[in-house]
Amino acid sequence: MADTEVLGMPLVIALYIFVLAVFVGFELITKVPPTLHTPLMSGANAISGITIIGAMVVVGPKDTTTAVVLGFAALILATINVVGGFMVTDRMLQMFRRRPGGEK
Amino acid sequence: MELFTDRELFIQYIYLASATMFILGIKLLGSPATARKGNLLAAAAMFIAVLVTLVNLEVLNYGLIAAGIAIGAVIGAVMARTIKMTAMPQMVAIFNGVGGGASALIAISEFVRITDDGLSVAKHEEIAIMLGTLIGLVTLTGSLIAFGKLQEIMTTRPITFPFQNIASGAMFAAIVGMVIYLVAVDFNEPVFYVLIGTSLLLGIQLVIPIGGADMPVVISLLNSYSGVAAAAAGFALGNLVLIVAGALVGAAGLILTQIMTKAMNRSLANVVFGAFGAAPGGGGGAAAVETRTAKNVSAEDVAVMLAYARSVIFVPGYGLAVAQAQHQVRELADLLEARGVRVKYAIHPVAGRMPGHMNVLLAEANVPYDELYDLDEINDDFKNTDVAVVIGANDVTNPAARDEPDSPVYGMPILNVDHAQHVIVLKRGMSPGFAGIDNDLFFKDNTMMLFGDARKSVTALVTEVKAL
Repeated sequence: MADTEVLGMPLVIALYIFVLAVFVGFELITKVPPTLHTPLMSGANAISGITIIGAMVVVGPKDTTTAVVLGFAALILATINVVGGFMVTDRMLQMFRRRPGGEK
Repeated sequence: MELFTDRELFIQYIYLASATMFILGIKLLGSPATARKGNLLAAAAMFIAVLVTLVNLEVLNYGLIAAGIAIGAVIGAVMARTIKMTAMPQMVAIFNGVGGGASALIAISEFVRITDDGLSVAKHEEIAIMLGTLIGLVTLTGSLIAFGKLQEIMTTRPITFPFQNIASGAMFAAIVGMVIYLVAVDFNEPVFYVLIGTSLLLGIQLVIPIGGADMPVVISLLNSYSGVAAAAAGFALGNLVLIVAGALVGAAGLILTQIMTKAMNRSLANVVFGAFGAAPGGGGGAAAVETRTAKNVSAEDVAVMLAYARSVIFVPGYGLAVAQAQHQVRELADLLEARGVRVKYAIHPVAGRMPGHMNVLLAEANVPYDELYDLDEINDDFKNTDVAVVIGANDVTNPAARDEPDSPVYGMPILNVDHAQHVIVLKRGMSPGFAGIDNDLFFKDNTMMLFGDARKSVTALVTEVKAL
């Protein structure tokens, strides 16, 4: 089983981390009020743009192979996702405000 | 087993910090008071992850990376700044698709690198490459179709053809077969290209039979897919922060999907394969001709009712977004509040085209979020309310969903607007809602119809109330 490693650790550890992260996600989202569903979705979507760092690694080698060209396209898409996603979420959240004068 | 160098270890620790900040960011996004901070924290997490990746010794192509990030950042920023709030569902659909596309391209790029260099990699990495490609591409084309429907460059009605679900099933089976072949037998290029094509088609095929009113479910589901695709790319590259962030987003999308299907009283399978609303008004028999008549009312009369009411509840729906009447509604509400009328807004979870659509629109019009009430919070209030004003909402107010077991929408939780003393329905005409069935609400004794474009009608109400 020497070849089933992720980052030098057994694959099963990476799967553990994945499963636990899924449950963390469930726990966090279940409590979100409906009013925030859209910003939550677009914010989460921006987080899924974390593939940007994957794309950077793929573009890494200093020669222009097909793999690098594909990685470059991935990098552009992921950056659109990240920059656009966080900005539009912030734009939306800026608009959410309480009734002036505070408590209901 | 190889140990990390100090440099690699440093990168991993920063990634750990980044993953932690993502989790905290999502947690803060869960409350209106801290949501903005949460989003900024997540953005900061992304920023440090990107910075530290530059330290990676395998990452040398700085010019190309700078170019890619610059192009993407400009496109993303322009989109984010110029998009209208009413077009937010399309925007979210596009971003989902772009995210899925990025994951797929990374996976495909890994495939190309491995086959070009004749490398041999672990089975789980091959599986991850397949899943990343497959899920990423389904997310990409599925989101593009969802965008087309939301932008109304294609019909919002379900597009169906005979044996559609069987065709989807066959495609899916073919994909599973190809993945097994590629992983177990031969990492074969032509087969992989067929897999790419089939995945692109499957994404289209899965979304075209879904109608416009079911879009909140589809968008949430595609949101979830984009996360799962990122996690798959993480397994392919051996990158833990991709795995964690992807898992969080996948779970978030799935929860939202579940909330949406529950608010429609339908199963996910029914939404995806049921082609709901495919036959508009096809009531199944000649007896379905409507003989009842609805009462008309003038803007003047409505203005008087509203101005002298003690309490008013506005019930917005997709029609409000189409007419872009949110600012006028807010103006009307301000006038009424100045006269001492208690104003609330009742928001159905699936009103509009994505989760929380109405909340964003009303927030844009400066309506404080503590005046917006969810289905469960407000449903008992209708009976103590003088006037309920329904603006461009239809199926979510249909009493048949509550009272008539034979109705196709029976069992769907609805807003009990008919329990209010008076109900005013702002609507363009008598056409049925998306479900293709008549709304009994329109024919109730306490219901009156104010026909016309929602924005014009509300503007007229504002003028009339001012004149009182």
